[in-house]
Amino acid sequence: MAETKTRNKNGGAKNGKKDAGAAILKKHGIEEKLALDLLRQMLLYRRFEEKAEEAYAIGKIGGFCHLHIGQEAGAAGCIKPLREDDYVITAYREHTQAIAKGMAPNAVMAELHGRVGGPSRGKGGSMHLYGADVRFMGGHGIVGGQVPLAAGIAWKIKYKKEDSVVVCFMGDAAVNQGGFHEALNMAAIWKLPAIFVVENNEYGMGTAFSRVSATPVVERSLSYGIPASSVNGQDVLETYAAFRDLAEEVRQGGGPRFVDLQTYRFRGHSMSDPVSGTYRPTEEVEERKQKHDPITLLRDTLFDAGLLDQEGLEAMDLEARRIAGEAADYADQSPVPDPEELYNHVWAQENHGRLFFDGRERGH
Amino acid sequence: MAVMTYREALNQALSEEMERDPDVFLMGEEVAEYDGAYKVSKGLLDQFGADRVVDSPISELGFTGLGVGAAMAGLRPVIEFMTFNFAFLAIDQVINSAAKMYYMSAGQFPMPIVFRGPTGAALQLSAQHSQACETYYTHAPGCKVVTPGTPADAKGLLKAAIRDDDPVAFMEGELLYNLKGEVPDDDDFVIPLGVADLKREGSDISIITHGKMIHMALQAAAKLEKEGIQADVLDLRTIRPLDVDAILDTVAKTNRVVYVEEGWPYAGTGAQIVSLIQEEAFDHLDAPVLRVTQADVPMPYAKNLEALAKPSVDRVLDACNRVLYR
Repeated sequence: MAETKTRNKNGGAKNGKKDAGAAILKKHGIEEKLALDLLRQMLLYRRFEEKAEEAYAIGKIGGFCHLHIGQEAGAAGCIKPLREDDYVITAYREHTQAIAKGMAPNAVMAELHGRVGGPSRGKGGSMHLYGADVRFMGGHGIVGGQVPLAAGIAWKIKYKKEDSVVVCFMGDAAVNQGGFHEALNMAAIWKLPAIFVVENNEYGMGTAFSRVSATPVVERSLSYGIPASSVNGQDVLETYAAFRDLAEEVRQGGGPRFVDLQTYRFRGHSMSDPVSGTYRPTEEVEERKQKHDPITLLRDTLFDAGLLDQEGLEAMDLEARRIAGEAADYADQSPVPDPEELYNHVWAQENHGRLFFDGRERGH
Repeated sequence: MAVMTYREALNQALSEEMERDPDVFLMGEEVAEYDGAYKVSKGLLDQFGADRVVDSPISELGFTGLGVGAAMAGLRPVIEFMTFNFAFLAIDQVINSAAKMYYMSAGQFPMPIVFRGPTGAALQLSAQHSQACETYYTHAPGCKVVTPGTPADAKGLLKAAIRDDDPVAFMEGELLYNLKGEVPDDDDFVIPLGVADLKREGSDISIITHGKMIHMALQAAAKLEKEGIQADVLDLRTIRPLDVDAILDTVAKTNRVVYVEEGWPYAGTGAQIVSLIQEEAFDHLDAPVLRVTQADVPMPYAKNLEALAKPSVDRVLDACNRVLYR
């Protein structure tokens, strides 16, 4: 795996690079331990997604499955600075974000497999992961549909006079949806505590953002007076620092913020789609993988700073593989839902009168 | 009992439920400073303040989604549509988010939210402002649909809808807001969802209906009485959950049924009721079940054409006579 191959065999710092690596951490105000943990997280996300990819290839995972490979810094860097009582809501490329917010890799993988060990007992699948206990609010499958929901969660925070924040992820294509604009306007007029993050990977499925958009992502919040920034979403240290600071501004009552998180996906839109081809050249993908892999970028910084060596990296990677492998095993062993699960959770409250009209026996 | 309008009954229900539960808030276009486009929320801004009675921008999709998010986070929003005609812009959030959230999350996120506003035709508002929208919401599992036809039902059912843990499309009659009727004084007057109401008792034929159409059904029943025919008029009150027992009881009693609804026929509420009756009460029927609906056309503006398009007492009588083989 490219991520664990070093430029020099022994890893470790060389010559004047040590100071440079340390300076990068210092610039972002990130402690060594945290930097190492961010790498550990991103390696886990990558190995987890690779396991999902494997399982999909042999038919253990079905339907649509959107991998986050290449965009891991967006999960670690945006979510790790948050407090436990902060909320995250997102679209359907969300496996790693769910894990970052505190959902167990085992449970996430079981949901992908359609098994009862998943948080939705196999009824949600890859696109609908929910973790109410860790305030991970889904997992939404309609492009931009989660953006007004984020405004509503932020509304509750304000209504209850709490000091949590909401981080709302979306893909770049979502900024051309009406609901996005309606939600941003409302967030602005009511000064809601939300950070709207566009994971700008340059393509909405197979259509380049620039082909279908009159103005760049970062300009899209300006009509609503919401401060916007572009962040290098392949640089987890920059991303972490940006979100740490933004979350604090929003928490202090600064109103909503908008982030153009510039990133790139190394896989196809979903497992059913080609990595490259008519919509983006293979060379482009290869170049980004070579030069803008968030894991190798942080690895090199940590090597340069003398905080990590080859041995340490390999141990870290081994642990990531172990957790991902365990998740796959857990998912495999988790039972499929019982037939009566079909009718559970349609209604939260029974009333007098009939709620189901299919005329079938419901098994309970 | 107090006599009040349908509008006042809804207003009382909102006021009492907001008083009872601080997590209930009202959001929609013109609901606060303007007192509501139909004055249903009159005085609530003064009573509860701008944090709980909230004027939204004209962004149906946006503020509906905001309500859904707030419900996910634990509040109990009441989202007002100026009319359900405008809610087509928001139906993605009602169906794809609200109605499915509890299921998609396997019970992690109940969705205690009410979407309310007028539905159905008024007078000469033409095609985009004159449509009965209940079928769109009844179609989706996870969404309850309530259609009160009297002031008492409006109050008791709205209170039940606000207390319910599922999303409820609460569809009021645009022409009913001035209708007066008796409403119990009890400030805990709640009518459970899913309980139909026999608005009139007879034994010769059943006119089953919901919402504003109960009044047309009652007028038709009064005319039939003059001819010696006694009609049951069964008001479903809620379409989902559906009081199937009440339907089967009236069918067993009269053996003849006409369904009256304001909306279009194809896959309408009546189609569902007819299907249910033939599946579960076939042997009780002495005649085919007929439906009276809006003509299968968009609503025209011209007064004469509009009258032709709408269900009418004469059409109800005609259907009854055919079912009675008279």
